[in-house]
This record gives sequence, C-alpha cells and structure tokens, in this order.
Amino acid sequence: MGGGAAYENDLNFKATELRLGLPGTGCTNEEQAVSGAKNNKRPLLETREERGSKEKSDPQHDDQETDPAPKARIVGWPPIRSYRKNSLQTKKAEAEAAAGMYVKVSMDGAPYLRKIDLKVYKGYPELLKALENMFKLTIGEYSEREGYNGSEYAPTYEDKEGDWMLVGDVPWDMFLTSCKKLRIMKGSEARGRKLKSDRVSFLTEFSTDGWKFRQEESE
Amino acid sequence: MITNKKPRSSDTDSNYMRDDRTEMSEDDDRSPPSDSIANGSCPTRTCTPGSGSGSGSGSSSIPEYSAPYPDRVLENVLENVLWFLTSRKDRNAASLVCRSWYRVEAMTRSDLFIGNCYAVSPERATSRFTRVRSVTLKGKPRFADFNLMPPNWGAHFAPWVSATAKAYPWLEKIHLKRMSVTDDDLALLAESFSGFKELVLVCCDGFGTSGLAAVASKCRQLKVLDLIESEVSDDEVDWIMCFPDTETCLESLIFDCVECLVDFDALERLVVRSPSLKKLRLNRFVSIGQLYRLMVRAPQLTHLGTGSFSPSEDVAQGELELDYVSAFAACKSLVCLSGFREIVPDCLPAIYPVCANLTSLNFSYANISAEQLKPIISNCHKLQTFWVLDSICDEGLQAVATTCKELRELRVFPFDPREDIEGPVSEVGLQAISEGCRKLQSILYFCQRMTNAAVIAMSKNCPDLVVFRLCIMGRQRPDHVTGEPMDEGFGAIVMNCKKLTRLAVSGLLTDTAFAYIGKYGKIVRTLSVAFAGDSDMGLKYVLEGCPRLQKLEIRDSPFGDTALLSGLHHYYNMRFLWMSACRLSHQGCQQIAQALPHLVVEVIKHEDTVHMDDYADTLYMYRSLAGRRHDVPKFVSIL
Repeated sequence: MGGGAAYENDLNFKATELRLGLPGTGCTNEEQAVSGAKNNKRPLLETREERGSKEKSDPQHDDQETDPAPKARIVGWPPIRSYRKNSLQTKKAEAEAAAGMYVKVSMDGAPYLRKIDLKVYKGYPELLKALENMFKLTIGEYSEREGYNGSEYAPTYEDKEGDWMLVGDVPWDMFLTSCKKLRIMKGSEARGRKLKSDRVSFLTEFSTDGWKFRQEESE
Repeated sequence: MITNKKPRSSDTDSNYMRDDRTEMSEDDDRSPPSDSIANGSCPTRTCTPGSGSGSGSGSSSIPEYSAPYPDRVLENVLENVLWFLTSRKDRNAASLVCRSWYRVEAMTRSDLFIGNCYAVSPERATSRFTRVRSVTLKGKPRFADFNLMPPNWGAHFAPWVSATAKAYPWLEKIHLKRMSVTDDDLALLAESFSGFKELVLVCCDGFGTSGLAAVASKCRQLKVLDLIESEVSDDEVDWIMCFPDTETCLESLIFDCVECLVDFDALERLVVRSPSLKKLRLNRFVSIGQLYRLMVRAPQLTHLGTGSFSPSEDVAQGELELDYVSAFAACKSLVCLSGFREIVPDCLPAIYPVCANLTSLNFSYANISAEQLKPIISNCHKLQTFWVLDSICDEGLQAVATTCKELRELRVFPFDPREDIEGPVSEVGLQAISEGCRKLQSILYFCQRMTNAAVIAMSKNCPDLVVFRLCIMGRQRPDHVTGEPMDEGFGAIVMNCKKLTRLAVSGLLTDTAFAYIGKYGKIVRTLSVAFAGDSDMGLKYVLEGCPRLQKLEIRDSPFGDTALLSGLHHYYNMRFLWMSACRLSHQGCQQIAQALPHLVVEVIKHEDTVHMDDYADTLYMYRSLAGRRHDVPKFVSIL
C-alpha cells in the first residue's frame, strides 16, 4: 500500500490480473510485448523516422543506446514464436523467484544490520518468529486495528515507493514483492510515528474503489 | 495424336532431401519451381497451344464406359505406372507432357499438396484431382508467427473442409500448417470422412478441445493426432475421454502444445488400449510420476515427449522415489525424446539408459547448464537432431561437438530473447560445432554476438549445409571482433555450401552481402531478411541472381519500388514475397499488380503504426489461379 488512491487502483489491477509469473513481478515493456502477443494486440511499432535513423547508423550506435526499452518493443523480434516465448517467460520468472530475496534488517539500537531471505518464509508468523529469534525480542501479535500494540517493538518495512509501512498490513505475496528493507522500530517511536498504513487503512475502508483490498483480506 | 511436348525442366531432387517429414523439422523442403497446380495456363511458360494445352478447367470428364480408342490403352498403362510416382515435382512434370498424361496424372494423384491455400480455389483443386486421399494445406506466411500479421487475416480451413468433404469422402489424411481451423471445421471433418486416419495441425489456431473431442469420438480409424505448436483453447471438454472405449488404432498422439489439463486416468486407459502407439508427446500438465505410469504401460514407444518432467506439487515425495531409470531402460525402441517442460535437473539422469540410441533430442524448453548437459550428451553418439536452449553456453556446445559426430540438425534457442544483453552463446560455440559436427545439414542459431571468422569456418567445415539460419539478436550488430559487417560470413556460406537452399541472415549487412547471395545462391529457395541492406541494389541482386527463389520474407529493410520492379520476371515462379516496414509505396505495389494479373498483391495495414509517409506497411503477394480472395478483412487491400 502506498500513498494515494492512484497507486491503489494500480495495485488493484495488478493484484487481480491473471497472468504468468509472480504477482507484482513488474510489467516490463517486454512482458507487455509478450502479453500483447497472447491477446493478439500489437504493441506500438517504431515510427519510420526512428527506423530511418537507425538503418544507416554506425555499428556503435546500438551499443551506446542507453535506453533498452524501445528495442524490447519491436514486434516480432527476435523471431521466436509466442508459444516458446511465453513458456520461457514463465521459466524466467521462476528462475528469478528461485534466486532468493535478501533484504537488510535493522533494529533500532543494534550496532549492525542483518540480512534475511524472505523467500524461505511461508508467511508473516514465520517471519516474525525469525525476527524475534534473531534479535532476541518479542514482537507479539499483529492486529489490523492496533498493529503490534502489545510489544515494545514494531516491525516495519520500506516499500518500493520509499514509504515506511507496518509489516502485516498487506497480503504476504504483495509484501514479498514490495519490501525493500526491514526495520524494527523501538516502542515509543513506533507508536508515535504516523505510519502511512494507518492513513491507507482509512482510505480503503471508505473509498469505493478500495473495496477489493478489504474483501480479499476478509476472505 | 499424342503430342509429346518437352516437359518443363524441374528441379532435380537432391538426394539429401528427406521425403519423410522428420519429427521436428519445420521446413518444407519440397517445393517445385512452380505451384502444385501445374497446368498450361502459366503465362510465363511458353506452352504453345496444341492438343495438349491444359486450359486449366480441370480434368475433362471422360465417361467411364466409352468405346475404347487408341489413347485409352495407353492411358490404362499410364495409370498403372503413374500410381508409383510419388514426387510432386515429377508429377507436375508428367502432367505437362500432353493432355492424356495430364488427365491420368490428375486421376492418380493421391497426395494433394497446396503450398498456399489462396493460390487455388478448393473447387478447382477438387475438380481436377478426383482420387485424393491426403491433403496438405499451408496458410499464413511464416512471419505471421511473430505477430507481424494482424489476427483474422485469413487462411480459413472452412472452405477446404467443405469442398473435400464432398469430393473425397474416402479422405484419410489432412495436414495443415498455419491455418485457421474452427471447432465446426473439425466437427465436419469428423462427420465426413469415415475412414479418416491422420490429422496433423502445425501452428494452427482457432479451435479448442471441443473440436478435438469431435475428432476423437467420431474418427474410429484414427492413427495419428498430432498437434504441434498450435493454439488450442480450453473449452473444458476432456477430449481424451472422448476416444472410444474399445481398442484404438492410435500410432501417434502428440499434444505437447495443448495448454490444458487432461484427465490422467483417462489418458492412462487410452494408452493401455492403444497397442500400436509409437509416438506419445505429453503436455506440461503431466507430471513425472504420471509419465512413469505411462511409460510402464507403453514400453514400445519410439518417440516420447515427457511433459513437465518434474514432480507434481501434491504427491512430490512418492514421485521422486519411483524407478525412472528402469522405466527408461525398458523403452528399448526409444529414439526421439522431447518435453522437459519444467525440468527438475535432478531427474535428468533417469534418461541415461536411452541416450545411446537417441537420434533426436529436444531440450529447447529445459533451462539446463553445461554441467547438467555433459553427462547426458556424452552418451548420445547417434544423435542426429538436437534442439537446445542457450543456457548450456558455449561450453555445452563444445560438449555436443565432441560427441555428436552424426549431428545433422542443430537448433539453439535463446532463454532470454532480448537484444541488449551479453548472451551465453557466441562464435565460440558455432566454431566448435563446425569443427565437431561435419555432417551438419541444418542449423538455427540464436546469439548476441558473432564473427565472420566463425561463420566462414562453418561454411568450410560443413559442406553439406542445406539450411543456415543465424539470428544475431541485436539488430545490425557487426562482427564483434573486427567491427566489420557480417557480409563476408554470409558470403562464404553461399559460396561454399553448394547444397544450401534455405538462408536467414542477420547482423549488420550491406548490399555486398546480397551481391554474394545473388551471385552464389543459385539454388536458394527460401531467404529471410531483417534489418539489413543499404539500398535497392540489395534486393535487386537477389531477385536477379537467384532463379530458384520461391519464398522471400523481408522486414525493416530499405528496399523500395525500383527493387520491387526488378523482380517482375520472377514473381510467377515464387510462392510468395513478404515485405514489411520497407520503402514500398502504394504506387509501386500497384504497378506490380497491373503488370502481373495472376499475382494477388495484398497491402496489409497495421493499425498501430504511426503513418509518417506513404509507405505500405506490409506487402504480401503470391501467384494465384483463384484471383482475389473473398474473405478479405478490412485491413487488407488487394490491388
């Protein structure tokens, strides 16, 4: 969850979209091209001007191009059939998935940081338990309303947008893909700090589009 | 009365061309210099009118019991002889001798091959050839596979299935490539042909499991049901269950491209009651444990597609403990192995027992490393066909080169088909293959970087090359060592490989490369060009220099009207010409259409292109006796 309804709507689409690969594995241009192929929609072709300037270009030109995105958008290049492309796309996603997801964990007052692989945990309870073991503390139980009220500590994470969120608010899979690093905040600071999650919870409850979040969670 | 006219010189059937369709070959090597419809009305041929000039109106109907006249005796003899003539080219030549031969050839042709479904109308084909037992149809041009053709362009099977249903109720075999097939078409097929035996659909779409169900349930003599790289929609009908409960005649069941679950128990029972089954290629929804059960039931298999080759999620533990090695060892006739769609590398050693006998191995969906490949490939001494992912790297290719001395066909596909990355295979792998696999005939090689030197080496080391397709994925990449264009490499290929009939070029190429192709590529039939050339001269060299050229597909290259016009003398000899994102104007295309009335000139418009100029998006033109087709979609204009 991030700030603002726009991101929420975006998230809603992504969360409920049916496609290959892990949810939230980023819709790169290439994936767009592939999914476009599956739906028989064609991504934008280069204009003739662009093409004209490329044709007579010196050999170094391609190497110096800083933005790889336009290349990925060329329809039908390299010439691989959609079926093969799609099958391999899944494999790539799986390969990336299998590679592990290490994030730094800091704790207020601790001299150095730790690193954990989020992939090895099946869900929040396991993650929290691991954190408790690692730092020798009690975090307690998560409640939607009050966060980790019974504890001195609050586990938080920085998401892709740079916002600090409370661990446990979003579905596990979504957390996996949006979490960049973890920070275990100490009591007073944790309680006093207005986390974005509070505001967003409010929003999802009352906005007409935010319903999807709530419904999924209650299921 | 029988005028003997000299038959048109036909291509000599080179003896390396295999007549039987190999399991994985996507090429069609057999194409006559002109269409399969070889009658006298070809404008460029100097067929003087005589008693033998075929007016093209189909075979004249000779009443069955007319009074015998001298020709008839000869015709009876001819009939008996011509039955034995199987080669299409020979038959086309025979049909041109005189009217009598034309008639008899038409009566005795049992395999009808239509290389372009729009080149002739179904009615015309069925009225000329009256005793056909097998129909092969090809539809869309190859570039349609890469989304360069908007959907719903055409190539519908429907008019063909209705025409053949009426004309050939005894039809046994239908082989379609790149056609649009609907469930209704399949239902009609199943209804109409009581003795139907073989259905092969390659790169087709438009149908689903309900169509398959119709075929499975009604075609009681079915021996072959092969679905290869086709798109099959999931209609939630379990078509495997629709096969009759009795023993079947099935010899080949290939459904590795079908992206939906089949009921495994039904599949197992089907295999059990199909004692003639030799070829079975499973889809990725079949786990390795299920594969085991099937292999145990069918040790007589010669061709096996292993499905996912990984344990299913729920019963993982039990599956890993099965004795796969024994199962493979029991399949003593296994020569062709494919599948491995979701391979767990730990399972790979199971195939050791069959490696020594394998002639064909397809790892092109298996993301394995060189280390994982080596123990397998080092046993595959008889391997002739090998498809693989570039995940094996140059090192893996070196291992292949060391062992596979009998290799005829190699395809190296990219795991990550992007342009701007390093890439695991390069000229090193190509060089190694050229040195180790001297009998190589066909290669498809995707890479990120290449050198002229390696390509030249291959041209010298592998003189038997018939198909050379190199795809340097970065557009217009030069030789990465010298910085020069790739002209010399491809030039060496056409110069040194005297048997070369199919060529696909890539990398930075100037007009010089095309000059080489025009000068030396005298038997090239299929040429594929992308992002190459400097000027019209490039295309001119090819059109003027390659007399055997039949299929030319070009994209994103700076060839314009002048070049297009330089091929007027040749277009009737070609199956098709495709040019997309080149510099052709509508006027230029119009000129061609006017000059060649038997050419169908389609200009295909792509909706998303930003039109900066008057260039035609895509030109697709082909000779045809049928004239403009009646199923033209909005985005196509026929000039």
